[in-house]
Amino acid sequence: MASLDDLKKRIASVKSTQKITKAMKMVAAAKLRRAQESAERGRPYSEKMNNIILNLSNGISDKENAPKLLSGTGENKVHLCVVMTSDRGLCGGFNSNIIKKAKSYFSKILNEGKQLKIITVGSKGNDQLKRVYGDKIIENISFKESKNANYFDADKVGRIIIEKFEAGEFDICTIFYNQFKNVITQIPQAQQIIPLNNEEDHNNSDESYEFEPDEDEILSNLLPKNISTQIFKAMLENSASEQGSRMSAMDNATRNAGEMVDKLTIEYNRSRQAAITKELIEIISGAESL
Amino acid sequence: MSEEFKIEIVNPEKSFLVKEDVLEVVVPAFEGEMGILKDHISIISFLKPGIIKVFSKSDDENYYVEDGIIEFKNNNLSILTSTIISVADLDKSKQGDLLKKAEAEASKSEISDQAKYLADQKVEVLRSIN
Repeated sequence: MASLDDLKKRIASVKSTQKITKAMKMVAAAKLRRAQESAERGRPYSEKMNNIILNLSNGISDKENAPKLLSGTGENKVHLCVVMTSDRGLCGGFNSNIIKKAKSYFSKILNEGKQLKIITVGSKGNDQLKRVYGDKIIENISFKESKNANYFDADKVGRIIIEKFEAGEFDICTIFYNQFKNVITQIPQAQQIIPLNNEEDHNNSDESYEFEPDEDEILSNLLPKNISTQIFKAMLENSASEQGSRMSAMDNATRNAGEMVDKLTIEYNRSRQAAITKELIEIISGAESL
Repeated sequence: MSEEFKIEIVNPEKSFLVKEDVLEVVVPAFEGEMGILKDHISIISFLKPGIIKVFSKSDDENYYVEDGIIEFKNNNLSILTSTIISVADLDKSKQGDLLKKAEAEASKSEISDQAKYLADQKVEVLRSIN
């Protein structure tokens, strides 16, 4: 059994850990509110963008000559996966959930005999993926310096992707991120952004639009912007999810530390009492033997 | 019948401006300035760098934009833009910064004709503000 002194030290150390996790939880809670707000504020933009593109692609006259970003290269050989994770750890299952989702997708693609390329956004994803898929990672982007998700960074990622697409380096692009549902639940998502997936049924709106200049030109201007917008949306969702996940992870850690302190305190008191009883018995039996 | 319609300007970070009592909006569309009044035909177009002028019942406002897309439908005007600054907030130093950036971009030699055209537009518009 550990000595009284050891127990005392352990209690102190668990308590100080608890202080740290508590502080981290509170910081995450404050950040979460901000991240959640900006995620919500960012939604109208991406929704509107999607709507316009949907209307445009419905109205497009000549499907075969549609921009490649919309219709794809017509092939399905090289997949580019953009895995978006956080730059910091200690946020529960946040990163591992994305990685898990991505890995199962990777193995599916590789089993089909297709080629895989990976771009990681955020250093944690890179750390976890480079062991197994190190040779597949073609780029690692990290925004450690920027405090909040901003459009400028998203645009940078978008540009890199478009550049590679135009150079013919891949056919299909999918992004992986966590969608923020609530503090406890974040849903890992795989979203295909090139070619654009218009799975939602075309609500054949009879609205006829006037286009100025023509549809093709608007589309070819709009689609690259849409890529950046989708990435920005993913970044916002991700940062809200990260803070939510960290908050609940730290909440759990704080609670566990509290339980541990209670248990250790009981053990400490018990052994203190045992020591006292032992001493008393020694004194009494010493006195009796006289 | 009222002559008002609704405008909504959104940028990636937030909904920038929502107004219900707009009489006329002039936008710098790619092929030239375009005025939009109530009951305009549904239209989608995109913007070049320029000034959006919003004339409403209560006041008139001007905004500087660098790019964007507009959609007008059922008397709802949506403008999506990544860079928008109210001209009233655009003081000398900010304007100077933007101008310098735009000039640097315009003087690059390796950019495409379209990018060059857009950069030139930016310079021109920024110089004209005052």
